[in-house]
This record gives sequence, C-alpha cells and structure tokens, in this order.
Amino acid sequence: MAGTESAVAPLVEMSGVSLAYGRGKEQTLALADATMNIAQGEFIAVVGPSGCGKSTLMKLVTGLLPATSGTVKVHGEVVKRPIKGVGMAFQNATLMPWRTTRDNILLPLEVVEPHKRRFRANRGEYVERVEKLLASVGLGGFGDKYPWQLSGGMQQRSNLCRALVHEPEILMLDEPFGALDAFTREELWGVLQKLWMERRFTCVLVTHDLREAVYLADTVYVMSKRPGRVILKREIELPRPRTLEDTFKPGFVDIVHDLRDRIHKEHA
Amino acid sequence: MTDAQRNALKLAMPWLVTIAMFAIWELACIAFNIQEIVLPRPSRIFAVSVERWSILLDFCLQTLWTTAIGFGLAIIGGVLIGLAIGASPFVYSGLYPLLIAFNAIPKVAIVPILMIWLGVGAAPAIITAFVISFFPIVVNVATGLATIEPEMRDVMRSLGASNYEILTKVGIPRAMPYLFASLKVAITLAFIGSVISETVGGNRGIGFLMLSAGARNDTATTFAGLFAIAIMGVLMYALCAWVEKRMTGWAFRGELVG
Ligand SMILES: Nc1ncnc2c1ncn2[C@@H]1O[C@H](COP(=O)(O)OP(=O)(O)O)[C@@H](O)[C@H]1O
Ligand SMILES: [Mg+2]
Repeated sequence: MAGTESAVAPLVEMSGVSLAYGRGKEQTLALADATMNIAQGEFIAVVGPSGCGKSTLMKLVTGLLPATSGTVKVHGEVVKRPIKGVGMAFQNATLMPWRTTRDNILLPLEVVEPHKRRFRANRGEYVERVEKLLASVGLGGFGDKYPWQLSGGMQQRSNLCRALVHEPEILMLDEPFGALDAFTREELWGVLQKLWMERRFTCVLVTHDLREAVYLADTVYVMSKRPGRVILKREIELPRPRTLEDTFKPGFVDIVHDLRDRIHKEHA
Repeated sequence: MTDAQRNALKLAMPWLVTIAMFAIWELACIAFNIQEIVLPRPSRIFAVSVERWSILLDFCLQTLWTTAIGFGLAIIGGVLIGLAIGASPFVYSGLYPLLIAFNAIPKVAIVPILMIWLGVGAAPAIITAFVISFFPIVVNVATGLATIEPEMRDVMRSLGASNYEILTKVGIPRAMPYLFASLKVAITLAFIGSVISETVGGNRGIGFLMLSAGARNDTATTFAGLFAIAIMGVLMYALCAWVEKRMTGWAFRGELVG
C-alpha cells in the first residue's frame, strides 16, 4: 500500500512499537509506542538517558527481539526473525581473541550468503577486501595482530570493519565509541562519516553524546526516560563533510544547546 | 641479586623444598628412632624403589594406561555432554541436577558394583577413572559455552548465523581454554579413580601393589608406590598444562585487555 502513494517508501517503518521484558508481575516496559521511519541511506542517531530502551530499539529493528505490540517493517515486510543484510557493532568490540584482526573481519563473509558459498574458493579476494577496508580506517598492516594487541580505538575501528565488510544495507551502532577517550572518539567520528559518505548505508547510531549525534546524523531522535518514548525528532541540515572545527561553530553549537534544553525540560 | 639469579632461584625452589623436606624426614626418623614398619626413611624408600624397580615400572604402566583410557573416555564424554548442556537449555535442565547428584556419590562406593558386573581387572579401574574425572570437564565446557557474551551472540544472529554456526565459530573456540583448564584437574582425579579401584579390588596396578605390600608389612614398598603415583600425577599434570598453554595462549593474554 505504501508503494503507490510515495515515490520512495522508507526502508524501516516502525509504528506504535512497544516492548516489555519478562511477563506477569515482573514485566517491565522498556520501549513504549515508538514510531519512526528511516529512509534508505539515512543516518539517524537515537539519544536518551541510560536504560531508556535504545538498545532494545535496535534489537527490534534487526528482528533480534519480537515486538510486544506494534509492527516493524523493513522493505515493507513485517520483521519476524533476524533480518538479513545488517551489520552490528557494540560498545565492547566483541572481537574474538583467538582470531587475528583479519580473521575477525572475515567472519561475516564466512556466515553471510552469497559470500559463504564462495568463501573457500575465493579467500584471497576476500582477504584483499579486508586489507583495503583496514587501510581505509587507518589500520593498514594490522591484520596479523590479535585484538588484545590493539588499543581500544583500534579495536573499535576493527569492529566497524567487521560490521561493514559484507556491505550490509543497514548498520546498527550501539554506543560504539562510548568507552573511548574524547580524542579517539572524535577521530572515529571522522572515520565513520567518511565510510558512510563513501558507501551510503542506512545507519542507526545509538549514543548518549549529543555532539556525536549532531556531528554524524541526518536526523536525531530524542527518547524519554524509561519506558522510552520518542519525544523529539530533529533534522540536522548541516553540510557534509562535517569537521571537528564545525562542532565549535555557532550553527552546530546552537543545535546541541537546543537539543539539550529540550531534554532537560522533558526530564525536569 | 640479578634478575637472572632470581629466575634461576625461582625455578630451583620446588627442588630445594623437596630436598629439604626429605632431609628433615630422614633426620627425624633417625633422631626419634622411628621403626621402618611405621615410617620408612626416604633413603630406604629410594633403595627399595631401585631394588624393585622392574615390578614398580610394570605396575606403574598398568595404572598409567588404565588411567589414560579412563581419562580419554572422560574427555570424549565430557566434551559431548558439556557441549550439549551448554548449547541447549533443555538438556541443561534435564541433565544438570542428575549430574550433580551423581557427582555427590563417593566413587569408592561404586567400585564393588563395577566388580560384580565386570569382575576383577582393568575394566573397573578404567570406568572408575572415567566416572570420577568427567564431571569437571562437563562443567567447564558447559561454562565456556554459557558465558558467551550476549553481544557476540547478537552479532552472529544478525548475520543470520544458525545455532550450529554460533556453536562452531564462537562456542567451541571459547570453550577450549575452559576445557584445557579442566584437564589438569581431571587427570589428577582420574589417577585417584584408578588407584582407588585397584586398591579396593584389583590384581595389578600400583594401587594393588601398595595394598599387597601393606598386607606384608612392607611399608617401604607401599611408600615407593605412593611416590610413583605422585610422580606420574605431576608428569601428567605438567603435560596437560603444557598442552593448555600451547593451545590457548590467547586466553592468557586476552584477559589483560578484557
Ligand atoms: N533482557 C532483559 N530482561 C529484562 N529487562 C531488560 C532486558 N534488557 C533490558 N532490560 C531493561 O529494559 C530497559 C531498557 O534497556 P536498554 O534497551 O538496554 O536501554 P539502553 O540501551 O537505552 O540503556 C532497562 O531498564 C533494562 O533494565
Ligand atoms: Mg544500551
């Protein structure tokens, strides 16, 4: 039905989605009545206080969790099981310590079709792809290192590579830079923006850093305390590529202040 | 002291302590005039060991191979059951309480039953070694699987990985260090199992040797048997520790980064 009325249907449509964990008396409502559309190639950021259901929202979009009520659609189809073509990265890099960085990044290609089928025969080609990706995030030559030999920032770069190597349509990032120091974090904003501008995947970034959200996203969604509701949607129309200098300029700072004010009012 | 000296001393410490212990023991036996039938002097035990080394070696090898077979079976059984328990909540809730109950039974109590079924010989010793050593393997393998980070699981599931793929790509490699850590404990237990069985009712093996020597008031030979078991135990432990280090070096360093 959506196809006929608008030229481009959104890639992800969530309408009235709620999720409660547990059952009976123990039940906690983690997410309430979330409605949002994400267009193909759009970069959205979701900000909100800890425990408001941001991670839950991501699991709903990817089909890792079934919604308690409401519907999640991707490509116009209701999501019932984990959807294909997703890359995920979390705050802890979850690289496998028994694999080298290169082999960690090859993992999705061993699992996702059509690569899985051709993996054995075309390993060389895939290794080359990984090397290129590593170089593009500034990790050229680190493929042989094990994750524990990398710094936190380097692990997170590898984590991004693993999430992107199979060229997913949707990238889900759950506070990926949350555990890094400010310098490394801001460096990685640049890395992610560059990757996104080259590849234009659809990206959902969960963060509690407003500057990060405004720097990276086309649209920022603000959520309330638990149970999380979407209380504000704000389009960020700053030109790209955005630079770190931009984050200190009035246009940028005003947006951050404005968002912060609205959040404080909401939580007061 | 230089670093090299410190390291050398550290390596020598176990030997020095052992030698000191034997020296004190020897001196105490002489000083208090302790009878050989009560507590033989270490020098006597060594002399008897040398004197009777061919039968000692023969019975040691007997115990070693019953232990090794029991231990090998325990690894196979323990890994399979551990994987099943760790991978499936149903198997877990079905089997785990039974395993705990079974583990609580003193194993020496089952040897007479095994002997009724299988007669006297190697079979009861092998089975006792198996039964006593497979529990820690099961528990450790299952723990390795059960402690996969939820995020890792989510990454795999969002890639569309099947449960089998999650098991082989994440679960099993992750369970490896747990498995190898349990082997050190399990091999020691396997020795205890086979020696108990030989002692309760065997006709060969180091346990049998000690029992029959004890019956002849040949305390020195009994102690020689004890030492033989200790030496085999240490060697097997060292072997397991070495294999562990070789196979799962990442687990030792990985911890540092977290
Ligand atoms: N598996 C779970 N079982 C029960 N409650 C959960 C579970 N996961 C999350 N919650 C609860 O749901 C709420 C939202 O969690 P989450 O989505 O992780 O929040 P956020 O990512 O925004 O910090 C929290 O209050 C949390 O305690
Ligand atoms: Mg979260």
